[in-house]
Amino acid sequence: MSQDKKHPLQKLLDNPWLLLALGVLIPVLSYTVWGWVELATLAPAALP
Amino acid sequence: MSNHLENQVRTCDTTGLPVCLTAQKFIKLNGVFAVIFLLIGAIAAVLLALTRWPAVHLLDAQWYYRILTAHGMNMLIFWILFIEVAILYFACTTLLNSRLFSKKIAWVSFVMMLVGAVMVNVIVFIGKADVLMTSYIPLLAHPVFYLGIILVAVGTLIGVYNFFATVYIAKRDKTYDGSVPLVVFGAIAAAIIAVVTLLHGAVVMIPTFTWSMGWTAQPDPGWYRLIWWGLGHQSQQVNVCAMVSVWYLLASLTTGAKPLNQAVCRSAFVLYILFINLASAHHLLVDPGVGAGWKIWNTSYAMYLAVLASMIHGFTVPASVEIAQRAKGYVRGLFGWLTNAPWKNPGFSAFFLSLVIFGFIGGITGVTLGTQQINILAHNTLRIPGHFHATVVGGTSLAFMGLIYYVVPLIFQREFYARSLAIIQPYIFGIGIVMLSFGMSFAGSAGVPRRHWDVEFTGANLAAGFDSGTHLWLGVMGIGGVLAFIGLLTFILLTVAAVFFGKSNKGRAMTPWATPKTLVTEGDVDATEDHRSPGTMTLVIILLVTFVVYYFANWLALTDVWHVR
Ligand code: HEM
Ligand SMILES: [Cu+2]
Repeated sequence: MSQDKKHPLQKLLDNPWLLLALGVLIPVLSYTVWGWVELATLAPAALP
Repeated sequence: MSNHLENQVRTCDTTGLPVCLTAQKFIKLNGVFAVIFLLIGAIAAVLLALTRWPAVHLLDAQWYYRILTAHGMNMLIFWILFIEVAILYFACTTLLNSRLFSKKIAWVSFVMMLVGAVMVNVIVFIGKADVLMTSYIPLLAHPVFYLGIILVAVGTLIGVYNFFATVYIAKRDKTYDGSVPLVVFGAIAAAIIAVVTLLHGAVVMIPTFTWSMGWTAQPDPGWYRLIWWGLGHQSQQVNVCAMVSVWYLLASLTTGAKPLNQAVCRSAFVLYILFINLASAHHLLVDPGVGAGWKIWNTSYAMYLAVLASMIHGFTVPASVEIAQRAKGYVRGLFGWLTNAPWKNPGFSAFFLSLVIFGFIGGITGVTLGTQQINILAHNTLRIPGHFHATVVGGTSLAFMGLIYYVVPLIFQREFYARSLAIIQPYIFGIGIVMLSFGMSFAGSAGVPRRHWDVEFTGANLAAGFDSGTHLWLGVMGIGGVLAFIGLLTFILLTVAAVFFGKSNKGRAMTPWATPKTLVTEGDVDATEDHRSPGTMTLVIILLVTFVVYYFANWLALTDVWHVR
């Protein structure tokens, strides 16, 4: 089967480098960066 | 076309597959040390089980925390990482018909990991790092502890690099046609997740190390927990991917099963790659610094895509076994394929018990505990170790043991002694872990905390402690722990005896573990063309019903927390 006839999903499956990029990007944005921003923008507690 | 160097490859006498001798060497080295760390962790395990069982209460407080640190590190980090690097090297060479990219890099990785692991063990056992595996700031350990972890993490990352480089040269040299085999695809998924994991490890451990040296200020504890769990939880997802790949491999080795649908199985791995890491947020569900939006998105909506992936594997793996068995003629009733499975083959029994324990106990408790509202009931209770001893121990570790029953004869080319003991070993371990997990889960439901030396609060001014029902569950945990320890020790002794003193099988096929006989002949179209799997469907329905009942019971328990009258 020639390259260009591949289903787009199959293309993704056969491309470990794209998967690597997405696999790093998504959790880093959704978990790490978002969580980090929330912690960084936290207002200090007003001590009694 | 293979890319092996001359005299650097042999053909397996059992499977006919090519074995890269460099990879073989490092599979052996990593395997041997994995089992050594497993032994240290196992001795620690039985001491812990006998301490958390109040009727025995073996260790004193200081040694309890010291041994708990040692158990977590040796089991969760060292045993698992060493064996996983071995699995990666196997997948990218033998299954891709390729040589390992670099022997030098493999040495660097191995030595760094080993030195790091030894450093951690020494510093823990001399009492300079009683901080538990998570080493939450502001707890402070000796710098050697953090340095050891950094070495292990970077060493592993270098091993993962060697894996990716091998995948690259295999493709470049066209050592295989079309797409990579499914097991390799699963290994690639595991390796991708390992990259995310180890990056977080570096980000969190380096400033912690410099703080312990007195060079920099103390990092923020909330920040530490956020990034640390990017290491601590995500490494569990590496385990899940590696375990599922091993399931596919063992299913095929023991029953001749073939993946049902390549695209579906692979897409499920892609869901893992993209979404499973978000679940780290479940460790921060009671942390005040991060908001509800972040918590709910990362532990529910997006994460359920990864749960979907587990459900896909949980269906396709047993269904592929069912179809292979039916094709062999085991067609009677709903479960004839299962009752006639090779239960006397430790590779099969370890694999199938792992599947059931992981799915029924680990999966159901995991999805439930990861729900933000329910988590408030369970956070920091024994329910948490009750959950993960069903995933990473009854699931991943047991599957890896099943694999080792094949690695020793095929890669070490040595035969096991006492094969009848090997046949029952997975059952002893499996039953022990199920008891341990149930005991922990039910005691935890009554409020027994994890990581706690004395739940009786001896000498407290106000009466405290737990009722006799709870003590019964702690007893079940203790007995299950001892049983699991016996199972684990049996495994270690059998493996060590085989690796160092076993009869060589060089030049001939391995002595086979039992595999099911074929009852039908090739031409028997009726049986061989049946692609339905009603037995697996029934199991899946039982799983879903169990989940619904458990989930509902937990929400009910939540309403008991306050009284509205
Ligand atoms: C014979 C088998 C095993 C037994 C009897 C056992 C038992 C225990 C017990 C009693 C605890 C202490 C719970 C507490 O006091 O909070 C514990 C903790 C733990 N175990 Fe195991 N375990 C076994 C195998 C394993 C394996 C194979 C792994 C990982 C691959 C593992 C990972 C852990 C972790 C991560 C902790 C938590 C440590 C912490 O809280 O810092 N265990 N185990
Ligand atoms: Cu987790």
